[in-house]
Amino acid sequence: MKKVYAYPKSLKRAPFHYCPGCGHSIVHRLVCEVIDEMNLQDKTIGIPPPGCSVFAYNYFDVDMAESAHGRGAAVATGAKRAFPDAIVFTYQGDGDLAAIGTAETIHAANRGEQITTIFVNNAVYGMTGGQMAPTTLVGQKTTTTPYGRDESLDGAPIKMSEILALVKGTVYIERVAVNSPDNIRKAKKAIRKAFQTQIYKLGFSMVEILSPCPTNWKMSPIESWQWVDREMTKVFPLGVIKDTTEKKDAD
Amino acid sequence: MKRIGMEGSLAIAEAAKAAHVDVVAAYPITPQTHIVEKLAELVATGELKADYIPVESEHSAMSACLGSCAVGARTFTATAGQGLELMHEVLYVASSMRLPIIMVVVNRSLSAPLSVWGDHSDVMAVRDCGWIQMFAENVQQAYDLTLCAFKIGEDHSVLFPVMVHVDGFHLSHVIEPYFVLNQEDIDGFIPPYRYPYALNPAKPVTLGAFGPPNVYTEAKKAQEVALLSTKKVILNTWTQFKKLSGRSYNPVEVYKTDDADVALMTMGSFSETAMLAIDSLRSQGLKVGLVRLRLWRPFPFDELRAAVSNLSTLIVFDRAISSGGPPGPVASEIRSALYPMKTRPKVVSFIGGLGGRDVTVQAFEKLIKKGIEKAKADQLTDYEMIEVRGQ
Repeated sequence: MKKVYAYPKSLKRAPFHYCPGCGHSIVHRLVCEVIDEMNLQDKTIGIPPPGCSVFAYNYFDVDMAESAHGRGAAVATGAKRAFPDAIVFTYQGDGDLAAIGTAETIHAANRGEQITTIFVNNAVYGMTGGQMAPTTLVGQKTTTTPYGRDESLDGAPIKMSEILALVKGTVYIERVAVNSPDNIRKAKKAIRKAFQTQIYKLGFSMVEILSPCPTNWKMSPIESWQWVDREMTKVFPLGVIKDTTEKKDAD
Repeated sequence: MKRIGMEGSLAIAEAAKAAHVDVVAAYPITPQTHIVEKLAELVATGELKADYIPVESEHSAMSACLGSCAVGARTFTATAGQGLELMHEVLYVASSMRLPIIMVVVNRSLSAPLSVWGDHSDVMAVRDCGWIQMFAENVQQAYDLTLCAFKIGEDHSVLFPVMVHVDGFHLSHVIEPYFVLNQEDIDGFIPPYRYPYALNPAKPVTLGAFGPPNVYTEAKKAQEVALLSTKKVILNTWTQFKKLSGRSYNPVEVYKTDDADVALMTMGSFSETAMLAIDSLRSQGLKVGLVRLRLWRPFPFDELRAAVSNLSTLIVFDRAISSGGPPGPVASEIRSALYPMKTRPKVVSFIGGLGGRDVTVQAFEKLIKKGIEKAKADQLTDYEMIEVRGQ
């Protein structure tokens, strides 16, 4: 009989602590499936962030080193430079990558570090209880913007994928979502390609994943899935933002 | 005076609101978040006429505070643990530029292992940064000392930033009853803010200019003299606050030390637990008392020496470790302060309550008894970390 479904080998059998409807558990599983399918478990090093996914090391059965808030790309740089055979990825939220850690991220990308960043964007600071993040949509209500984000005061949602696409060292950036079976499949394909980019030593790769946060959006899980489609993708359109991997192959 | 129950963080936000802050710049961090979240809400509803700047990191939060304070805005922020560490270099700039930024630090341990819970590691890492620093032991004190901080820091003979230390979770997240002062009384207590050296093109000033070797030493000496001389204003402010509220604050506070031979020394919220241990030991016939450090910077040398001069033994309880050095940072400072005295108590050092671990009344009792034994045996060169498993 053909086996069609299995628990990923690199995903520990620990119950997730995430809220019902949160996208993190899906993303964790996708990353682990890719690690298994590409046979990378024995050479993968992950850098988890402070934030909701602070306990990522409880789930990923790979080596992990917690970084200070926002410093994932810098820690990953050090690990990869000193251990070039390892497959190094950072796992970061928007409070981490798009706020406190923008400098590290941009400069690691600009140097074309051979690392992969999994960037989970839920448009809010999740772990601290739903404050405005740089990615919060204009008009979106959060605990620090109870009447909605005001663009004249707080700026517009920051588009990290588009910003990083301008940087020469990045070779593959795609924005995906985990709010439908179809999108989840596409997300996995993108994660796979990002790891492949690193294996081929082509440069910095990142997958931005729009991820529902029903708890802080004050929605049911189903409503939050719909909100990703209806509102988030208008500001953060899905698709390949940059892909120069072919060109790099030709070099 | 109205007495209401409120979460510590929210009471602190109420104090900042009552002080009419102009600018709050902050980044959320557990366990401090509720303070600035509440202030953001008050700004959004218009109850507080202020700018709330949700910056992208604590480094930027303190930098934005520096900017707003430099143009003469009454500036408030709050942070914790790692956030305080990320502010580190800017803290020195703020005190050296003599900018009276008011900050509540919700004390949290430092990574790694990653911990959001409380201890004093963050305080000890910034003890030399030139800010006035004081400790609250309960929600009432957190509210009171936040109000006092504005009056102290902004006094024209002071002009130093002030940190009010509040234990993470033990104070930030508990609901306690506290007396709220009338707005009218607070307005009378904290005068309208006028920073004398505000950036203003009509009256040019330069802040934090380049300091080559021929002036740097003098600048630092001047700053140190100024910081040490702030104690007069701190004492005056607390005296005035007592008239207003009936509650008195002192740089060093004592509990049942009059006839005591031995005293425990604590800082922050654990002091109240320690008081219960003192009561219990007294009922067992031991003449023990408690000495609490309220003012951490400028360090109250004279008050400390006076408070402990009749003791044979002082047992210092630290909630941080100075790795590789004299392990208890407070014990080390106490030893240094007492060394010049002709007669001084023996100092015994204990460390505990790290990373949010509770210290119970019973644990304090045990610690004090152990401290007495160690002093009798003249075992004073080491320290003991309490309740460590697996050793």
